[in-house]
Amino acid sequence: MALTLNVNGTSHTVDVEPETPLLWVLRDNIGLTGTKYGCGIAKCGACTVHVDGKKAFSCTMKVSAAVGTEITTIEGLSEDSSHPLQLAWIEGDVPQCGYCQSGQIMAAAALLSQRPNPSDLDIDAAMSDNICRCGTYSRIREAIHRAAEIAGG
Amino acid sequence: MTTMEIDRRTFIVTSASAAGGLMLGFYMPTGADAGVMGSPWTAEEGGQEVNAWLVIDPDNSVTIRVGQSEMGEGVFTGMPMLVAEELQCDWSKVRAVYADVNRHVQNFAEPYMVAAGAAKETDNLYQRMGTGGSGAVRRSRLYLMQAGASARERLKQAAADAWGVDRSAVTAENGMLSAGDKSGMFGEFAAAAAGIQLESEPAIKTPDQFTLLGTSVARLDTPVKVNGSAVYGIDAQVPDMVFAAVEVAPVPGGSLVSYDFDAVKDRPGVIAAYRLGEGGIGVLHYNLDEVANRVTGIQSGVAVIADTYYRALTALQLMPKEWDDGGHGDVTDTSIINGALEVLANPDDPSYNPAHSVGDARSAIDASSNVMEATYTTPYLDHACMEPMNCTVHVTADRADVWVGTQNPPRAIAAAAEEAGLPEEQVHVHNCFLGTGFGRRSRPDEVRQATAIGKALGRPVKVIWTREETARQAKMRPYSVYHFAAATDANGKPEAYWNRVVSHSIFNHQIPQFLRDGIDSQAVEGLDKRLPYDFANAQVDYAIRDSHLPVHWWRAVGASQNAFALEGFIDELAHAAGADPLQFRLDLLPEDSEFRRPLEVAAEGAGWTTDLRRGEGLGIGMAEAFGTIVVHVAYVTVSRRGQLRVETVDAAIDCGHVIHPKMVEMQMESNVVYGLTAALYGEIHIDKGAVVEDNFDQYLMLRINEMPEVRTHFALSGGDKWGGVGEPGLPPIAPAVANAIFAATGKRIRSLPIRNHDLI
Ligand code: FES
Ligand code: FES
Repeated sequence: MALTLNVNGTSHTVDVEPETPLLWVLRDNIGLTGTKYGCGIAKCGACTVHVDGKKAFSCTMKVSAAVGTEITTIEGLSEDSSHPLQLAWIEGDVPQCGYCQSGQIMAAAALLSQRPNPSDLDIDAAMSDNICRCGTYSRIREAIHRAAEIAGG
Repeated sequence: MTTMEIDRRTFIVTSASAAGGLMLGFYMPTGADAGVMGSPWTAEEGGQEVNAWLVIDPDNSVTIRVGQSEMGEGVFTGMPMLVAEELQCDWSKVRAVYADVNRHVQNFAEPYMVAAGAAKETDNLYQRMGTGGSGAVRRSRLYLMQAGASARERLKQAAADAWGVDRSAVTAENGMLSAGDKSGMFGEFAAAAAGIQLESEPAIKTPDQFTLLGTSVARLDTPVKVNGSAVYGIDAQVPDMVFAAVEVAPVPGGSLVSYDFDAVKDRPGVIAAYRLGEGGIGVLHYNLDEVANRVTGIQSGVAVIADTYYRALTALQLMPKEWDDGGHGDVTDTSIINGALEVLANPDDPSYNPAHSVGDARSAIDASSNVMEATYTTPYLDHACMEPMNCTVHVTADRADVWVGTQNPPRAIAAAAEEAGLPEEQVHVHNCFLGTGFGRRSRPDEVRQATAIGKALGRPVKVIWTREETARQAKMRPYSVYHFAAATDANGKPEAYWNRVVSHSIFNHQIPQFLRDGIDSQAVEGLDKRLPYDFANAQVDYAIRDSHLPVHWWRAVGASQNAFALEGFIDELAHAAGADPLQFRLDLLPEDSEFRRPLEVAAEGAGWTTDLRRGEGLGIGMAEAFGTIVVHVAYVTVSRRGQLRVETVDAAIDCGHVIHPKMVEMQMESNVVYGLTAALYGEIHIDKGAVVEDNFDQYLMLRINEMPEVRTHFALSGGDKWGGVGEPGLPPIAPAVANAIFAATGKRIRSLPIRNHDLI
């Protein structure tokens, strides 16, 4: 079945079953592999994207539910890694293996758009869906604060 | 797009004014100057190879090949630093790329590179291409520094020849060569340098001469890991590629009885199904005469191929299948542990072999009226790599290509070659970034399986294991159980110590030739003659009791669990003696023990005291692993409702020398998280012979809201000591936390995970 998706400002028509998780459509049909598969059951956050500006687990979201929305993936967060979170992540050398980091950054971006100056408790609440097996949590927290600073000028 | 987005120029201007110009050196990634390509096996080089490790471009960019695998530990930065320290190139122009394993298996290293020393694994081109055992720096630094130094001297000689001066008159600094009024870039002399033979190779620097090593330069792989461009194995894209979903017998050693492809073959996109394997559990077998070791056998199962992964997976899940359990259908984790506890309870069980013996501990304990005894148990664990297992292959009649994130490219090439029926020279492994490895990705069972599928199919195929399949096919951290007995004097000081250990042996499972008189040295790591403590009489006995489950190296291996048992029992002895656990340890350590300083440093960092309110506790854990000592002092709180919080961890490390302090700190934090996750939650249950916890809803992970503050303290002894960093920070955390819980509550934790214990 042909469905049209708006991903990172570009329109894509894909031939998939409507119940296909958005994750696999992004990765396999559209070729945007920055969004990662970790668990498939909304328990790790590796697949986090934005749907109409809000964070969503693409592994459990049916592609049919994403039709007509604006989807943003890590590739579309900025054109040149200039989003304050990306700058702060680079400044702080946050990633280790990096596999979870697309999801972490997208979850953090959703947080910052709601709360430009999040407290540690806000960060705990917003970021606890995202597992990092490398244990970069302290540096993620620092980098979110730093990104808030950068964004605030 | 969020409203906070600002462009690059705005950012630099703003932050420069806010920080008073301190943003110097802030790294902005652009395609051209990225230190690492998204696809890490790809070198964008147009230059001259001076030796196997490095290529110099006309514009003075230097591409440095990395033999280790980037799985978060930072080898894409640390290994190039070792080369660049000697090469004296311009660090801002260094790129990192994976060394080519195909060249490695076909070629030998230059004799002077072999002579450089360090614990290489082979004399093949890149000497050591496996990543594990916390060995990246300590085992390859000598030949990597030699590669840099020897290239530098060749560049100097080339310039000297061109300028008609003596080599000793030429200096190399920051990518420039100069002598008197003559100067030129490395790039100009690279071609000539490559052809030069030196009469003798230069000596490498001693640590006091380091300028780049020891600094926390920006990681080269960060930029590609913040924008989705880093390519992990699961991201490989090959033209004309299709996808495979696989399921193998849920009980290791079981097999596929039947499947009904007809039931799903007309579903959209479905291409084929293949029966996999003849049984077996994909055991890694070692032939020490060969460059690589072979993983033999593919576990019985079935693969479904389709044009997208989700279509393949859906068809696989809907396809009727029948399995047998290989005769292990009545095995549970309880039955395995109970069997081990039976052996543990019987000191005369014939399966014991002595692992360590000083004096006559057994007689002293039999004769004593003051004996403390305790039994500790640790469970099977899954690595739970963040990236589920996967492998992409393209197998043709005369060539096989493999894209995978592997800790061991030589094993991957061997597995693919054997399965494809091709000589290794015709197999190319393109190592990707690893979405963590933790030891799991050193066993290429996925490569062998994918190669079988790719060979049958004859076109490129990406095989992905679901999280559930990855968990069910775990190659587990073994369980281990411990009995301790100590006879103490009137002051509670142990005079005799007797420890029995029963475990599932990794060596027995896959390298039986490494067993020595029945002892798996990894299973008794830190417990045998490597015991940190001085006992006048000590006896350590070890017995193997395996199950049908496949076991494998898990971060920190035997030390990951042994320290929990040993340090718990030492803490019990301290409390029984009415002693301060810190002073008790210091009193029990030999005078010249290397543990003293890190122990004191960690205790000081934590503000060590035993005088805390109920519900608060400090606890000590310490261990030596991979040549490095780490001591943790954990501070925990336990609420009246039994809610545990690990608040801070003071971690003192003595790894001798540090080449990148920040990455050591990151590894210390990483180890605390990995070890604490296991200590609090980690446990694989076995039911009807199969793994129960198959996803993160049941196999729980530490999350950001539970992250303790980790404070790393360097207690470096320098000298000849070069210890590892990737794993030694793990073993002390479980005992430090368990001992802190005792201090806070009086509850003694003798089995993991901690969540099984009621702390009220
Ligand atoms: S893959 Fe979606 S939350 Fe884990
Ligand atoms: S950086 Fe490796 S899992 Fe988060």
